[in-house]
Amino acid sequence: MGFIKKLFQSKKRKDQAQKYNIGMQKTREGVFNRLNDILESNAVIDDELFDEIEELFIMADMGVDTVIKLVNHLRETVELKTIKDPEALKEIIVEEMFKRYVQEDIIDTNLQLTDDLSVLLFVGVNGVGKTTTIAKVAYLLKQEGKRVMMVAGDTFRAGAINQLRTWSERVDCAFYEKPQGSDPSSVMFDAIQEAKKQGIDVLLCDTAGRLQNKQNLMKELEKIHRVIGREIEGAPHETLLVLDATTGQNGLSQAKIFNDVTQLTGVVLTKLDGTAKGGIALAIKESTGIPIKLIGLGEKLEDLEYFDIEEYIYGLFADVI
Amino acid sequence: MAFDQLSDRLQMALRRIRGKARLTEKDIDEMMREIRLSLLEADVNFKVVKQFTKDIREQATGEKILKGLNPAQQVVKVVHDALTDLLGGETSVFTLKPQKPHQIMLVGLQGSGKTTTAGKLANYLRKHESVNPLLVALDVYRPAAIDQLVTIGEQLSIPVFEQGTDKKPTEIVKAAKTYAANENHDVIIYDTAGRLHIDETMMDELKQIKATLDPEDIFLVLDAMTGQDAVSVADHFHGSLGITGSIITKLDGDTRGGAALSLRKVTDVPIKFMGLGEKLDAIEVFHPERMASRILGMGDVLTLIDKVQENVDEDDMMNLMEKMMSGKYNFNDYLKQLKMIKRMGSLGGLLKMIPGANKMMKNANVDDKQLVYIETLIGSMTKAERKQPALIKKNASRRRRIAQGSGRKVAEVNRLLDTLDQQTQAMKRMGTMDPSQLDPNNPLKSLQGAQPQQKKKKGKGKGKGGFRF
Repeated sequence: MGFIKKLFQSKKRKDQAQKYNIGMQKTREGVFNRLNDILESNAVIDDELFDEIEELFIMADMGVDTVIKLVNHLRETVELKTIKDPEALKEIIVEEMFKRYVQEDIIDTNLQLTDDLSVLLFVGVNGVGKTTTIAKVAYLLKQEGKRVMMVAGDTFRAGAINQLRTWSERVDCAFYEKPQGSDPSSVMFDAIQEAKKQGIDVLLCDTAGRLQNKQNLMKELEKIHRVIGREIEGAPHETLLVLDATTGQNGLSQAKIFNDVTQLTGVVLTKLDGTAKGGIALAIKESTGIPIKLIGLGEKLEDLEYFDIEEYIYGLFADVI
Repeated sequence: MAFDQLSDRLQMALRRIRGKARLTEKDIDEMMREIRLSLLEADVNFKVVKQFTKDIREQATGEKILKGLNPAQQVVKVVHDALTDLLGGETSVFTLKPQKPHQIMLVGLQGSGKTTTAGKLANYLRKHESVNPLLVALDVYRPAAIDQLVTIGEQLSIPVFEQGTDKKPTEIVKAAKTYAANENHDVIIYDTAGRLHIDETMMDELKQIKATLDPEDIFLVLDAMTGQDAVSVADHFHGSLGITGSIITKLDGDTRGGAALSLRKVTDVPIKFMGLGEKLDAIEVFHPERMASRILGMGDVLTLIDKVQENVDEDDMMNLMEKMMSGKYNFNDYLKQLKMIKRMGSLGGLLKMIPGANKMMKNANVDDKQLVYIETLIGSMTKAERKQPALIKKNASRRRRIAQGSGRKVAEVNRLLDTLDQQTQAMKRMGTMDPSQLDPNNPLKSLQGAQPQQKKKKGKGKGKGGFRF
């Protein structure tokens, strides 16, 4: 109790959360201001109220399993502590969401980079924003003073290589490509040699979008991952699943299968500037333990933020608290 | 195929009530809970789910059903009908307007698959409507989006009109219209930039394009993996533009595709097409009834038949059958058969359409590469060997040579020989069969005039109780 107040008491914290606030304003208007309405309009805590809360979380794409567990926990807590006032549920809900996400881990959203050449591999299904995310990450790392190189690993989709090259010009970083149709593993291999030669700090690897149930494409990805690991010990230092915030329950399947194939180290949640809530990322953390590392909040290069669960929850509940 | 999970859950829920004479309130409660959860897990919008379960409950608790002879069967039908209804009822056939050109605008969120769909749609219309399509690139924002469309156009030999990224889309469309008139294009497909439905400036741009073009169709392209937000997306696009239809993409994934289910219900706009892969011919007309059948695990034989008819030459097929039955079937024929199958698309996709196969194949990974391996194996045989498989069977060094030549293992050569043998044997038996001999053991025969009661006993697993719709 009192956790939330403590969390958001300081003005500094509130200011920090401001960016999330703007980006996720529509998100909040969509769902979570209804939480307030529900809690205020219900005089007592009954089954109907729990049903309504359940629907709210479902609408945030938090995953049916996760939601059922969460709501069951709420029921238990209410019974245990004999809570009568619906308003008191607010803090319990936020606190429980926080606890479920963190799960007593120490979550480090920083990208794991080494002193030598670090390799970051970006994977995901088609159309989630992998290429744009790489541009944003390149921009972010450049701001931090790193020497960055992008490698065009999507040798399949028409225009993919040009798209990444255009971004590398805008970010002003190194770029490596081979002709369309080249074996992506060989592209990675050559890019690593080139990056070593040029004294690059971070190599950002794009891959072609692939649906996780396409066996051959997943095998191809496994090979890419293996080749990178063979060239540099401990690489790829990050394998990031890029996930569209509008994705529903399929996000879980994506996380599980991509994790089996490439041992994911984190999730990048994109397109959070829309009305989607990206709740599936919370379900992914709960079921696989893979944390959200970065979030995309727009189309501009600087629209990328390190993920902060406190700020995320604040973004969702700002007008509740 | 998408929707698998949903059908599993519904089947689980319905299996319990099969064979019962009457439904109790408790049965229905339990069934409704399963259906509700299943639909929510499938990303169907929760409002739609509410309405759906309410409708079914009303129909299922109606006196007719409870006092009917076979309530379980009737409930399956109710669910099936309700699902069909949810998906739009009748198939919405795409028709070209008589006045030319017929203009189609594709709109949607970023990454939903508009550019690929534009190519697929142009290709589809050229093939099925014999039109001369023009693709117009209006995505001047995303880097290389125009390149992507131009490349797709080259692959399909369909012209692409573009004016680079310096001009405004509203100006490009005017020039495109004039160009199309001069070049006699009767269908124009406009690929617009992806945008968020809440981005007012960008939505205004679409409104302006619409005003300039006065298009015959505006299709919303939606990713099948979209979650609850699908409704908000569709609502906004429909609200600002008055879309005339939608196209669901990426249905070849393992998503349950509930977004498709909600979309129609909430916006009342028909789903016209579905995208089923990255290849440029992977687009199909959306059939609500068939999709509902697929959801219920009833297979999709109709689509399969369509595919076979479209891709297989009947004469070829008959020749092959004759050869098989006469026992003269060899590797040349085998190769021909493989090519026919390949034309129909991925093996996994085909299998999913066969009732029952869906369940059996759940754990089997169908690898389309296998077909390629078989082709290389056959490719490494001499002409004589292809004609007379017996040559290979008798000679180990031939088998080794084929394995080496194709880069596969000897065991695979052996397996291929076995497969050919089995096929020939099976067909031979069929060829020599006398229909009258079959009668005593023919399960079909005994089913035909049988009492419904008997049918129930006979059946096992699928089709138990003789469900027919």
